[in-house]
Amino acid sequence: MICDVCKTHTATVYLTQIVDGNMKKINLCESCSKEKGVADPTGFALADLLLGLGENQQVEQVTQTEHCPVCGFTQADFKKTGRLGCSTCYNTFSDALGSLIKAMHKGTQHTGKIPARLYRDLARTDRLNELRKHLEDAVSKEDYEKAANLRDEIRQLEGGRSQPI
Amino acid sequence: MKIDPILTRAGDWLSGGSRHPIVISSRVRLARNLAKLPFPGWAKKSERVRILEEIKPEVDLLPAIKDGFSEQLNELTATEKQVLVERHLISREHAAKGMGSAVVINPPQTISIMINEEDHLRMQAITCGLDLEKTFQMIDEIDTALEAQLDFAFDEELGYLTACPTNVGTGMRASAMVHLPGLVLGEQINQVVNSVNKIGLAVRGLYGEGTEAMGNLFQVSNQTTLGEKEDQIIERLQKVIETLIQRETQARESLLATKRTTLMDQIGRAYGILTHAYSISSKEALNLISILRLGIDLGFFPEEGRAIINQLLMDTQPAHLQNLSQQKLAAEERDHLRADIVRERLKKFPRPPNTKSPGQ
Ligand SMILES: [Zn+2]
Ligand SMILES: [Zn+2]
Repeated sequence: MICDVCKTHTATVYLTQIVDGNMKKINLCESCSKEKGVADPTGFALADLLLGLGENQQVEQVTQTEHCPVCGFTQADFKKTGRLGCSTCYNTFSDALGSLIKAMHKGTQHTGKIPARLYRDLARTDRLNELRKHLEDAVSKEDYEKAANLRDEIRQLEGGRSQPI
Repeated sequence: MKIDPILTRAGDWLSGGSRHPIVISSRVRLARNLAKLPFPGWAKKSERVRILEEIKPEVDLLPAIKDGFSEQLNELTATEKQVLVERHLISREHAAKGMGSAVVINPPQTISIMINEEDHLRMQAITCGLDLEKTFQMIDEIDTALEAQLDFAFDEELGYLTACPTNVGTGMRASAMVHLPGLVLGEQINQVVNSVNKIGLAVRGLYGEGTEAMGNLFQVSNQTTLGEKEDQIIERLQKVIETLIQRETQARESLLATKRTTLMDQIGRAYGILTHAYSISSKEALNLISILRLGIDLGFFPEEGRAIINQLLMDTQPAHLQNLSQQKLAAEERDHLRADIVRERLKKFPRPPNTKSPGQ
């Protein structure tokens, strides 16, 4: 789960709040939760301000040892074995793994082989982006016939979307 | 195919093909996992069995594996597994596995696929001499065929996802087994090993470390797997191996030029001990066989001797002896049997020259 504030780090602090009978959830990473003072129970109002949730009524903090949602693995398990539990663990523990992987390898971006299925998906995404740009161009130049053709082509490509891997 | 043909016949990487005086074999291994399923080390036994049942039929259907050997590890004896380790067909870690793990090997023993080792799939190709590119292609084809049937865990940023973060990205480990007696005898090996390790490649003794490496056999491999394409990694490794070949060749020339008598003494003694010993340890045998091999490379023995030497490298290993005798051997009995086999095989091996000029 991604942090609701910075949108980059993995969330490790989960807040649940009941507002007018509706449950609202906010997920924060460690640094954002510290920065916003969420770790301090008296600072909960900050979370409200942050999200504009209004008066806090019932808040529970779930700063849990994070478990991988797929395989139940924890960071403590990783420290013990040096191996992960499943492929989803890379997502679950991306914060902690990021610097480790950076230190281990030549780079941080895979540039090698891509499974053929995914390769086709990526190629289609590229093509879609290209077509959308052309479409914008055509619209701004008021070339509506061309725009209509492009729109058809885009719709066709979008319809052929396969399942993400 | 039963395991007998595997056990009685050496793989092509050892017995056939191109003969390189320094590079014995090239190997490329790929690690792959099924998406969203626990890695073998974290999976419960029942999960491992289910994963095996999903993967193994697909592997067995590969045309490249046709008429090969395919078996679950709980069906193999400890000795049989150990023979496969000595053949470099499975890892030591894999040999320790049982229920829920399997190995599949093609008839020429150039491709082996471990199921549920540290990763769901560890696939390797191993060939004779120096040809990393071809070796990579062999295993790349297997990977491409399998990915059409199996959903491999892959991330756009991190590439192939593996149980250990040291393997993410390409999941590829390319390596060469090199024979460096010249650098060891010339006492340059530690310096060479250190300089290669500094540039992000690993050199280690195949059995033991540094100057302690048994049989003067070393393995050079890439250490990193993320941030470079497969062919870039292989090219970098290839360049380093070429440098190693150059350094080893120079070391041999320099030994011939400056320490010819010492060198011939070593070769003569190696021959003497191997042909007359009645008890010999695995380590001593490996070290002396290495010196005979150097003798062939330098022209002190005819080329025909090489096949005998290569075969002995394998057959004098503990599990190979155990398998040959078909009964439980104590370490001492193994040393006796080893010496018997070496003497017998070397009957057909030409004597070393008894003058100091090569190729008599
Ligand atoms: Zn954050
Ligand atoms: Zn997991």
